[in-house]
Amino acid sequence: MIQNIIINGLINGSIYALLAIGFSLIFGVARIVNIAHTAFYMLAAYFIYVGFHYLGVSPYICMPLSVLAVGLLSIICYKIFIQPIREHEAAVLIATIALAMVIQEALLIAFGGHYLGVPPLVSGYATIAGVKVTYQHLLALSVAVLALFGVWVLLMKTKLGLALRSTAQDREVANLMGINEARVAMITMGISVMMAGIAGAVVVPLFVLDPHMWMHPLIMMLAIVVLGGLGSIKGSFVGAYIMAFAEVLVVFLIPMGAFLKGSVALSIMILVLLIRPEGLFGVAFEEER
Amino acid sequence: MSLPGFYLRRVYSLFRGEVLVLPSRVAVFIFALAVLLLPLFSQDPYLLRILIFTSIFAILAASWDLLSGFTGQMNFGHALFFGVAAYCTALLNLRLDLPPWISIPVGALGAVLAGLIIGIPCLRLRGTYLALTTLAFPIILMGVVFAIPNITGGELGLSGIDRLSNSRLTDYYITSVLMLGLGFLMWKITDSKTGIILHAIREDEVAVRSSGINTTRYKLLAFCLSGFFAGIAGGLYAHIMRTAGPSTLEVALSFQIVIWAVFGGIVSIYGPIAGVFILFPLLEFLRIVPKIRMLLFAFIVLVTLLYMPQGLIPWLRDKIEKECPRCKIRNVATRKTCRICTAELD
Repeated sequence: MIQNIIINGLINGSIYALLAIGFSLIFGVARIVNIAHTAFYMLAAYFIYVGFHYLGVSPYICMPLSVLAVGLLSIICYKIFIQPIREHEAAVLIATIALAMVIQEALLIAFGGHYLGVPPLVSGYATIAGVKVTYQHLLALSVAVLALFGVWVLLMKTKLGLALRSTAQDREVANLMGINEARVAMITMGISVMMAGIAGAVVVPLFVLDPHMWMHPLIMMLAIVVLGGLGSIKGSFVGAYIMAFAEVLVVFLIPMGAFLKGSVALSIMILVLLIRPEGLFGVAFEEER
Repeated sequence: MSLPGFYLRRVYSLFRGEVLVLPSRVAVFIFALAVLLLPLFSQDPYLLRILIFTSIFAILAASWDLLSGFTGQMNFGHALFFGVAAYCTALLNLRLDLPPWISIPVGALGAVLAGLIIGIPCLRLRGTYLALTTLAFPIILMGVVFAIPNITGGELGLSGIDRLSNSRLTDYYITSVLMLGLGFLMWKITDSKTGIILHAIREDEVAVRSSGINTTRYKLLAFCLSGFFAGIAGGLYAHIMRTAGPSTLEVALSFQIVIWAVFGGIVSIYGPIAGVFILFPLLEFLRIVPKIRMLLFAFIVLVTLLYMPQGLIPWLRDKIEKECPRCKIRNVATRKTCRICTAELD
């Protein structure tokens, strides 16, 4: 039981962390609340399904390709639909909601509302502390952790990461220092959606695919980002594990827990906000008047 | 001079001075007339049913605008008010056998209570934090609804609620007159002194507070007012559908409200109403291509926003009207000077 909770919590937490950090990045850098973020995560999962079942490509090649594909697609969508209206916050919001709806409906038309699945890449299981853990779960966990590490290196050790962080801190000053703010925003969009794509690729063999699978992660991701503090990468990371463990604990320990898992996790978020209105690691944005 | 004649002339001069001076007001007047006279031309039950729902959602979208557009308190969980009122109305009607004209207002008071409960913790938050936190409340309530099925009916919801009235035509008149009346009331609220304070909170909360106004109280008032109007929409919906189910709390509905309002143009009350009256029948019309109707709908919204990021109605309004640079009074675009202060219009 306890081992189950730990393993599931870690895997869900890593997936949520991948999603939430990506969302946090694009919000921090470009102030875009990207509702379509998890729709791209779903899209990546479907790309892998298509590559595997229809084109017969090995999943090992499929996964990186589909991650790149959603990244590219998101940049195209950003250029066409979001960049022209970036001054109007409400309009950007609706544009991303509409984009998510477009993706969902396109998938519904293409695949119907059926539950689809991709077989696990590796079979067999290991026994850790008396619990059977499939290799697939371990693979998912390690890929997610590796991706998180990769993002940390990108943000902290490269010049691009420096540009991203400085744009997030103060857009105008970054612009004055010679950083092309518009291009940084575009690149951030690509990176953040690629992280969502990685999360999608990781969950493909574990979850079933259906065109509504973006809703639950979306809500959890938004809650995590608010809990951790908007725009704070560290906050998103910590918040993801808090939320994932809260969810898993409720499911395992409370009868009817599956219905209440979302409620409890979101109530935790509201409790934290009551004590700290800017989230756990909130960055105090300059008073935007 | 006879008294009726005096009043008639009084009404006419008011009408000329207040309505005929601005093309947008004439448009609103024609719209109201069209809504009221429509049954003379067609009593097609399908058409009436669509328009009944359109009116209900128009009240809902306008109430969102009152809170999120005017006061700037971005609410992503507006379905909470709608759902709470629908469930309250349903429970009052089923358990206590109250007729619709009591159950709907009392149900709306339930939504006001919900507005107070979520308003108090949310008052400390602002902007995107507020938007994302309010999104959580309907989902929390939805979990509770599923967890106690013997009170809320669980997944199926509560059914067997009384009809609003005996005929569809009466239903139509009740909802459309309420829509016009409440819409006008909301517009009047935003035009009043309270409305100006709410508007100022949106523009600059710190400045309002430093003018000695208790912004907390006004923000709470905005939550309650908006909750009340949304609650009336929810109660009407429960009595028209004759069921109150978890679909009234869905995230999709909350998003839909935002889409209607922003498409129509926020900070105007009539914008969201127009948005619903365009988008809701459009979605029904798109049933001619059932498979791709949502896709088309989303595309239409995306492309419209690309060209009119402020929303459809403000874009149209700015084409036919100009704002006086000196006194901020709106004028017909053809005028050379302001109708109030005679300043030059550019």
